[in-house]
Amino acid sequence: MTSSPGVPVTDAPNGLVWRQFDHWRVRWRRTWRGSAVTSFVLPILYLLAMGVGLGAYVDEGGGRESLGGVDYLDFIAPGLLATAVMQTAVGASTWPVMGAIKWDKTYFAMIASPLRTRDVLVGNLGFVAARLAMSAAVFWLVLWGFGVLVMPWAMLAVPVAIVVGMAHATPLFALSAWLERETGFMLVYRVGVVPMFLFSGAFFPISQLPGLVQWLAQALPLYHGVELIRGLTLGRPDLLADGAHVAYLLVWCVLGFVLADRAFARRLAG
Amino acid sequence: MGARPLGQTADRPDVADPPLDVLVHARGLRKSYGQLEAVRGIDVTVRRGEAFGFLGPNGAGKSSTMRMIAAVSTASDGSLRVLGMDPATDGPAIRARLGVCPQDDTLDSELTVRENLLVYGRFFGLSRAEVARRADELLAFVQLGDRAGARVEQLSGGLKRRLTVARSLINEPELLMLDEPTTGLDPQARHLLWDRLFRLKQQGTTLLLTTHYMDEAEQLCDRLVVIDEGVIVAEGSPAQLIRDHSSREVCELRFGVDDHDGVAARLAHLGERVEVLPDRLLVYAADGESVAQAVHDLGLTPRSTLVRRSTLEDVFLRLTGRSLAD
Ligand SMILES: Nc1ncnc2c1ncn2[C@@H]1O[C@H](COP(=O)(O)OP(=O)(O)OP(=O)(O)O)[C@@H](O)[C@H]1O
Ligand SMILES: [Mg+2]
Repeated sequence: MTSSPGVPVTDAPNGLVWRQFDHWRVRWRRTWRGSAVTSFVLPILYLLAMGVGLGAYVDEGGGRESLGGVDYLDFIAPGLLATAVMQTAVGASTWPVMGAIKWDKTYFAMIASPLRTRDVLVGNLGFVAARLAMSAAVFWLVLWGFGVLVMPWAMLAVPVAIVVGMAHATPLFALSAWLERETGFMLVYRVGVVPMFLFSGAFFPISQLPGLVQWLAQALPLYHGVELIRGLTLGRPDLLADGAHVAYLLVWCVLGFVLADRAFARRLAG
Repeated sequence: MGARPLGQTADRPDVADPPLDVLVHARGLRKSYGQLEAVRGIDVTVRRGEAFGFLGPNGAGKSSTMRMIAAVSTASDGSLRVLGMDPATDGPAIRARLGVCPQDDTLDSELTVRENLLVYGRFFGLSRAEVARRADELLAFVQLGDRAGARVEQLSGGLKRRLTVARSLINEPELLMLDEPTTGLDPQARHLLWDRLFRLKQQGTTLLLTTHYMDEAEQLCDRLVVIDEGVIVAEGSPAQLIRDHSSREVCELRFGVDDHDGVAARLAHLGERVEVLPDRLLVYAADGESVAQAVHDLGLTPRSTLVRRSTLEDVFLRLTGRSLAD
């Protein structure tokens, strides 16, 4: 081998995160088509089946009043967007994270380089944010095609959707780095993700639920995402309530990040 | 993060700063995982340009030690300087100058062979053009040039190992750390890898490796430590270790009987030492042939007799009471 002069190490922490750009870009190139198609086709199916099909019955049956004077299609569309980014976040923050620790062990390769565990965490979360952005943008275009977006507020739905996704991603990164075995994911799916998906106000208002369940739904991040995005796509955000929703989602993001940071350090560099 | 210039003293009055040509300086190094003490106070000094080995059985603490030196895992106790810096504070600056071939191939199985090198080189801050140049060079170096476009998933274990070694060289490291580099390789691939490592050493790269294999340790290492249950039990060059801890020759005897211990008692006076293994007896003596003759004269008829030189395997058996191959 020829030896060329060593390239100096950049000490700036940002530099270390950005050095992963090609790593995540190459991984993205392998998967983006599949996820773009899913993000495009699934919302169309959901909107046709539930928004249009089921919606016809709901609207006929006097549902409009109990939904606050909106058609079921308009009601459910933002709910579907919020649940979709939640699902994308769950997918990107569970198996891939455990895999990079347990199976491929690619994180261990990364931290053998100048990267630190936190750089790897931030880089991977950045990748998840990019995936969320793409899914949300594609979904948003479909909603636009169905004519359920009220401008200009609806423009904010995509950036807000990214925050909703990240509020799920960061705690799940912590969980995935903390779990020893993938069987834990099954439990999280059954008692966490699936009930949250069904009972967070995406498909019907949570006021229909018993008090305790309502309270549980409000503790989890998805409900706040649904409410926020619905206000935006219907073109009538409630600035005070929505500010509280955003703040609550950010708490999940930050707490999740702190826990994930610890779990990564313990698991990778312990 | 404050990357200290090479050689500057850390804030530890108890540790004198090692000289500049010392790349690894460990004193009383320990690693615990909860209740388990995997590394229990080891001292190691690795000088620039040498090939240094850790020889030890499963669970001895070799990988744990390697990970601490590689500035990935934090030491539980003791002092450690790598390339003149403190891994606890200067991890990124140290790792920038290390090459690491971990025990498990940590390759990205979804990417191609070449992509694995390209993205990895970027972690070291190398430009795209530079990593591309080095990737092609390294693939040729480990004879993987024709598989550049293959997905890593499709590679055999041996080819993955070679790719991992190639990847560890992408930053032209001063210190190359190889954790069991040839485990799982066929003989031909092992010799290829030994040849490559030897060439790197000729070019001035310092090698630090762990192995289970005697022949590997003898071939590659200038100096090695035998490590067992987290402590160093011997240190020296392969020849020196054999001289110090074993006889010149060994007579290996296989008997068809179950009563190896009984036979061993009758043979005890023939050599300096007799070891009883599950399948054979080892009689240690300066002259193995005369032991074989004496066994015959005693009226014993071993199924097979083999006289050979002592190896590191015998040193290991002597020091730990166990065979390395377990
Ligand atoms: N991350 C970890 N968490 C808990 N225990 C660990 C961890 N890594 C290693 N150990 C334990 O520490 C001890 C030493 O392990 P280590 O991997 O350092 O040994 P080794 O000499 O490399 O063995 P081998 O030849 O099998 O690779 C073993 O008992 C192992 O189970
Ligand atoms: Mg090991």
